[in-house]
Amino acid sequence: MNAHVLARVSVAAFVVGFFVYLFAPLVVMGVTAFNTSSFPRVSPFECFSVEWFTALTNDGPLIRGLANSVYIGFGVVLLAVPIGMAGALLLTRIPDRAKPWYYTVCVSPILIPGVVLGISTLVFWDRLGRMFGASEGSVFYNGIFLTIFGQTTFVAAYCLLVFVARLQRFDSTQEEAAKDLGATPGQCFRKVLLPYLKPAILTSAVLAFLASFENYNTTVFTSLTQETLVTVLAGKVRFGINPSISALAVAIITLTLVAAAAYEIATRRQALRAAPRPIRPVAGFLLGNAGIALLLLIAVAGIGTIYFAGTLGVEECKAVALAEKRRRAQERARALEQRLPRNDAPELRPTQPIDPSSIFAPSSPQAPNNETDAPASQPDNAPNPFAPGALPAPTTESAGASERRSVELPDPRAADAARERASQTD
Amino acid sequence: MSNSFWMRAFLVRYGTAVGACALALVAFWTFALILIPQLAMVDFSLRPNLPPAEVGGPQDVYTLEHYAYLVRGSAGAGGYNAVDLAVLARTLAVAAFVTAIDLVICYPLAYLLAQSPRGGWTRLLLLLLVVPFWVNEILRAFAFRILFGASGVLNDLLLAIGVVDQPVDFIRGNIALYSGLSYAFVLLMIFPLYNAMENLERSQIEAARDLGASRWRIHRRVVIPFAKPGISSGCTMVFMLSAGALATPQILGGPSSLWFTQLIYQWFNTGNNWPRGAAYAIVLLATTIALVLIAMRAGKVRLAEFGK
Repeated sequence: MNAHVLARVSVAAFVVGFFVYLFAPLVVMGVTAFNTSSFPRVSPFECFSVEWFTALTNDGPLIRGLANSVYIGFGVVLLAVPIGMAGALLLTRIPDRAKPWYYTVCVSPILIPGVVLGISTLVFWDRLGRMFGASEGSVFYNGIFLTIFGQTTFVAAYCLLVFVARLQRFDSTQEEAAKDLGATPGQCFRKVLLPYLKPAILTSAVLAFLASFENYNTTVFTSLTQETLVTVLAGKVRFGINPSISALAVAIITLTLVAAAAYEIATRRQALRAAPRPIRPVAGFLLGNAGIALLLLIAVAGIGTIYFAGTLGVEECKAVALAEKRRRAQERARALEQRLPRNDAPELRPTQPIDPSSIFAPSSPQAPNNETDAPASQPDNAPNPFAPGALPAPTTESAGASERRSVELPDPRAADAARERASQTD
Repeated sequence: MSNSFWMRAFLVRYGTAVGACALALVAFWTFALILIPQLAMVDFSLRPNLPPAEVGGPQDVYTLEHYAYLVRGSAGAGGYNAVDLAVLARTLAVAAFVTAIDLVICYPLAYLLAQSPRGGWTRLLLLLLVVPFWVNEILRAFAFRILFGASGVLNDLLLAIGVVDQPVDFIRGNIALYSGLSYAFVLLMIFPLYNAMENLERSQIEAARDLGASRWRIHRRVVIPFAKPGISSGCTMVFMLSAGALATPQILGGPSSLWFTQLIYQWFNTGNNWPRGAAYAIVLLATTIALVLIAMRAGKVRLAEFGK
């Protein structure tokens, strides 16, 4: 193998590795969203179901947070896009001496940590409110308004960069031609500049909405008593994670992919219309209206199939999974029973068969690490000793034990870990 | 004098209505949203933490107590506030480390994308790069929890291969945090690099190669000097944003290690001492800006080139 081929292979491996790194978290979330296991996990994959998506639609705070996020997003778009455009127009006209200063001030919100922007907004409006003797319920203490202002601070800077990039390619002779033909400055702005800036307006509006929608660092300070989707999510993730968060991520990623594909198709069609040339039949079909309708149909059919597959037979599958878990627990209990009599400490020897639930109790001295090493010692094709009613189900007991444990631990992360272990054993 | 002149020219160019609106919007943005709130925060951080009734009263005098607290700890205790200072130092050091990792990961990919022919695959790869960026920070951190947890995918994999016989605690070791932070800001590094390298003529690289330059030397003498504005804006953004990150450290940080923004958050929420939180925020802002300016001075880059 010569050096050239080796270099090519290593480059390809690097690119593949990079994209695996980029998409592994998304794929993992996608898989956990459809697994019935109550702790988000990929393996063991218990049952395929869409129950986490259903749980999502019944989550009141999440839906209210979503509504607030949408209000704030629209508010930010309405404020930040005009500001960005005005800022960019001014940048082209400002005297050269003042330009670096002006540019630094405008771009600085992108670099200032979001936490600092949130705090400064909060402090400033609090002070203004006090100056005017405003009451608690007034605009100065309204989380939605403050969040719109706080986010606009940096979102307008993103918009400004989008408009600056577009304005750099603007041919100002167009404006002069319009003026020579008798257009007033206002008409010139509306009929020449605005149509030229339309793509930048659209791009910056989308960008502004997305930036506002996913912002946490600023919002967490400015939202006061209000909650947005992201702050609700943050609370959920910090105080215990469950697969409905994965389900939400899947919904967002799907929407993103659809939007990206739509945007791509739209720009291609525009490009084709601008420069008509013979196109291959397949591409032509895919870019035509019939093609888009077909793609939509396939997407809807796919989602429908997944939905039905996810609701049919879930209960049966769960019952089987539960039986399997019980069998494993019993297996573990038996293994422990066999190991114990050979123990050096005779006082630890039990006089009667061990209750399997005691294995999971955190105080059990024999198995301080059973959560971690037990799965490794499971015999996979052992004869099934499971008989209904022969053993008390370990599920409730062990869940209770870890519940107690999580109460003792003040750190939410530790409580999480306990819950993780509980869902592993139950 | 010249000020009013260009403003009048602006009004004439776009019409009085549009021009005045634009000027008003920009004035609102730069003053009411950017400059005055920052100054208000500085002023606020220099005042004692008083109950609302006493604000503006005789007790409301300028004081440096909150800055002193960060350095010396509670008054009269003597010595230094080692805990908070260590958190600050660690935050800055880890942010620099994350920036370096992102630069190392992104440089080759940006170079590859910039040098390969446009359209087709390159376009698809660029589109794919943006997708994870649209998933919000908290969900990304959450995904890393699933990946790196005690019964996570990575531990399952390592156990199955037999590399380890006990699950590795990636969270406590902060490996999950470092990976999560570098993942979160990968795109802020790759796009400035790509934009800078895109304009580099292939012929320059070929000329260097024809003159006998090694692969390493081509990068050191041709590509890196050319892409310097991109490298500096990418590094600045990743450094500032990872030092100022809040959600990722909250979710992925080990139980015994805090991020400086978490201290700020605590003063505002549980500590109930807003002025102290504001003082800490100003310290964070000032130290990060100072470090960026020092790095720019060392690398001979001007701030005006940023974002272009």
